[in-house]
Amino acid sequence: MIRLHPVFKISAIVLVFYALIAGLLIEVPALDILNESIRNLFFHVTSWFAMVFLFILSFIFSIKHLNSGKEIDDLLARSFVQSGMIFGLAGLVTGMLWARYTWGAFWVPDPKLNGSAIALLAYLAYGVLRNSFADPMQRGKVSAVYNIFAFVMMLLFIFILPRMTDSLHPGNGGNPAFSGYDLDSTMRMVFYPAIIGWILLGLWITEINVRIDLLKEKLL
Amino acid sequence: MLNLKTILLKEFKSDFRNPYILGGAALFLVSSLFVCYITIKRISSPSLWVALYWIIVLFASFNAVAKSFINESRTRMLYLYTLVSPVQFIIAKSIYHSLVMIILTLLALVIYSTFFSIAIDDLPLFYASVLLGSTGLGIILSLLSTMASKAGNNLTLLAILGLPILLPLIMVSTTLMKNAIDGIDLSIQLKYLFVLIGLNVVSFTLSIILFPYLWRE
Repeated sequence: MIRLHPVFKISAIVLVFYALIAGLLIEVPALDILNESIRNLFFHVTSWFAMVFLFILSFIFSIKHLNSGKEIDDLLARSFVQSGMIFGLAGLVTGMLWARYTWGAFWVPDPKLNGSAIALLAYLAYGVLRNSFADPMQRGKVSAVYNIFAFVMMLLFIFILPRMTDSLHPGNGGNPAFSGYDLDSTMRMVFYPAIIGWILLGLWITEINVRIDLLKEKLL
Repeated sequence: MLNLKTILLKEFKSDFRNPYILGGAALFLVSSLFVCYITIKRISSPSLWVALYWIIVLFASFNAVAKSFINESRTRMLYLYTLVSPVQFIIAKSIYHSLVMIILTLLALVIYSTFFSIAIDDLPLFYASVLLGSTGLGIILSLLSTMASKAGNNLTLLAILGLPILLPLIMVSTTLMKNAIDGIDLSIQLKYLFVLIGLNVVSFTLSIILFPYLWRE
């Protein structure tokens, strides 16, 4: 049985509420252009961290499924993709809102933005691929292969291409990353707990998702 | 090695026996090129020229590769399973599809540049982008079309699966091609050339590793 220990669930609740409340209330450095939008660090950047973490887990379980052929590994791989997508969408929406007030537009032609959009498209395609199979064994194998292939291509896209061309995004093309904005210790005190909180929440969502599916199988 | 040659020969023979398969893909390519010519008439900016070229080639490639799998009946696949190893099979398929793609892209290039003339500054790099782009398309689509054929040989599915994965390849190829037209310095171009070769190598290695898992499904 897949179970997340209650300690993790309680810390998920505490950390997420801490991030939400402290993230909006603490003192932040007053910087030009960024102003209060620097608080997006606690929501946007942390969502992406959680998404990447969940997608990596999904990638690992896809490899595991190819080697073991167990259905539970395939189920876990799928559920991690689904919960990763939730954080991906959250990251996209928070990023777009931030871009509207700092860059002046919701979307700009930027390698980092395009990379994230392509990643989400690939994982949507993964969902379509899964749904076009009736046989669970075949579905597991083929979608695991696609997941691995897409993940490696995505790594190339997200980590290599933005370094080759200029990007507006903080951390690329000579722009300072978040540590450059004199990220003081108070901000760090919210930033790191927020990452852990979102990741734990993601794991919790995945656990519930998997358990619902296992129960459904039992009913059938 | 012998097996590899035999599978390649078999692919060529079966396609020559049914020339309408590749002929159809080529006709699709030529028709879409002509539609572009009729609707756009002339292109002044190199970046638009390159973008349109790769979009046409991309969609024609889905057609060409998806059609080649319709040819494989289930019984013939079962017979092949008993003869060759999966690694040999995917290598042969990738080489074959790469060759088909090279022929298609070159055909597209000839017609496209007659319709929309353009001055190219750096010819070797221009052709390098065309060749490496089409081998990449062939390799990636070989693996993806196997998946799509497992799910009922659906062209839409192949396009959905392929577009996000092919985008890095398309982006690097278009950048390399546009820079070659503009005559950008070799030191900058080498970076893109290496990434394009790297993309080919990575996707080829991945399909060799992953294809055996798809083989008997």
